[in-house]
Amino acid sequence: MKQIRKIGFWFLVLFLLILICLPGIWIFVSAFRPNPEILSKPANWIPDRWTIHQFTQMFSINGYVSVPAFKYLMNSVIISSVSTVIAITIGMMGGYAFARFNFRGKNSIFLSLMLARAVPGISLSLPLFILFAKLGIINTSFGVILVYVAMNVPFTIWLTDGFFRQIPKEMSEVARTDGCTRLQAFWNVELPLAGPGIGAAAIFAFLLSWNEYALASIITRTVHSKTLPIGMMDYLDEFTINWAGMCAIAVVMIVPALVLTFIVQKHLVSGLTFGGVKG
Amino acid sequence: MSRKFFSGPFILILPSILAIGFVIIIPLIFSFYTSFTSYKLTRPDSLFNFVGLRNYERLIDNTKFWYAFGRTILFLAVVLNLELLFGLGIALLINKITWGQRTLRTIMMFPMMFSPILVGFQWKYIFNDNIGLLNNFLYLFGYESAIPWLIDKYLAMGSIMVAEIWANTSIFAILLLAGLLGIPRDPIEAARVDGCNSWQVFKNITLPFLMPFIFIALTIRSLDVGRAYDIVHIMTGGGPAMRTELLWTMIARIGYKDANMGFANAMSYVSIILSIAFTYYFFTKLVQARRDLGQQ
Repeated sequence: MKQIRKIGFWFLVLFLLILICLPGIWIFVSAFRPNPEILSKPANWIPDRWTIHQFTQMFSINGYVSVPAFKYLMNSVIISSVSTVIAITIGMMGGYAFARFNFRGKNSIFLSLMLARAVPGISLSLPLFILFAKLGIINTSFGVILVYVAMNVPFTIWLTDGFFRQIPKEMSEVARTDGCTRLQAFWNVELPLAGPGIGAAAIFAFLLSWNEYALASIITRTVHSKTLPIGMMDYLDEFTINWAGMCAIAVVMIVPALVLTFIVQKHLVSGLTFGGVKG
Repeated sequence: MSRKFFSGPFILILPSILAIGFVIIIPLIFSFYTSFTSYKLTRPDSLFNFVGLRNYERLIDNTKFWYAFGRTILFLAVVLNLELLFGLGIALLINKITWGQRTLRTIMMFPMMFSPILVGFQWKYIFNDNIGLLNNFLYLFGYESAIPWLIDKYLAMGSIMVAEIWANTSIFAILLLAGLLGIPRDPIEAARVDGCNSWQVFKNITLPFLMPFIFIALTIRSLDVGRAYDIVHIMTGGGPAMRTELLWTMIARIGYKDANMGFANAMSYVSIILSIAFTYYFFTKLVQARRDLGQQ
């Protein structure tokens, strides 16, 4: 009886794993095979012929460009990393203030910042489009970066606030009685200790920018500023979809996200829960 | 007074407030204003054509809007509850595993890295009636007539929900697992000695401990509910015959395709209030749950 339960348990786990991984594996496999093979019935999981045709086209290795994926990739990298660095710097200052100081209206300011983040991108996109068009920053990387900074700041504050709370106040106080200024104490004591947590917050911000669609689809107009999620739509014609091409660009998009998340996954969870539980 | 205002913490928070003010608050004020005008993108001078509450009156009379509104609420209710339920199940399952738990946890985070746009496209591919993975799979079992997952008026909504649940259950699972790992062993063992069965232990000890974690997960999730737009936009675009039209896709259609900004902005406000209400509700619940736990 106990044996049967154990086997059933592991079957459940296996089923779950398949459910989680299968869609991703299917995309990955489809990126490396010729388009006609995708249409075959029944589906074959191991391509008869592996090909990197879609990738060579995308990155114009043969001189022919199907979709300017390299430009999109560069835009994505630049926009995501710059906005992450700025958002983390600004958000960390905010998080430190919330964790270490007591001031009037602290809780309501914190709540309003979080609520600002809850505004759905698509509802914000209409006025932002008009405003940015008037200011002349539509279809520029600068405009997109600005938006992503504002979107990432509240969540960064939530996370870093939690991490700074975990560091005992006394450590900074000791450093200051030894003659450090508050800034020196922060730089030499608290920042290194909160380092992994801030790294996790940075990855979170990066992923949000990397994956965002609703706002970028409005603000970016041409290859000049389009990011990968928007560029993906190039494979979508009115009536047909180039599935293999889409899978290929999906792989380009998912691999960096995958690598980054695996690096910091441990701190990610502790950051979210500490920030929330020890209010 | 003014010196105090510009002291330490305010200077530290100021950049955050400025960034949010410029990108979120100012546009919101602007869109609030345009929701009282007949502003159309094609006719810029209509920005100053003040029409009072007419956009909102049109909204109240518009049955399509109310269908989309109801569908959005239903969608969120079904999706959030199922995600919570599945997330809890997965967390309890993984909590029982002693060997390879970390690897499993890492694999479980897999869907979290997928862009919603990618999730939409991936499930559009799987649910495709012609070349889709699912129909291909059913074909293996002799089910040869292709099921039109995304074209049928009832199946389409279900398919979108599956995609949404696939993408977001892991957030619940990860956070609830963190909660489970933090539960002290003593009360559970004491309860077992006193003769509680598994269900009683779960209901009276595990669940109250998990409550703050459940609300953290719900708060974080509620910040991003609007991202469901990406998935719907890709998978069906609101079709067939607007059967999967949610508030967000309707805003995009009326604002950009029909270029009717005033009306779309009035609708945006409804969706913004909805999102903020969700977040506010879960956030206050979180604060309360935290306080309850602190008292124990």
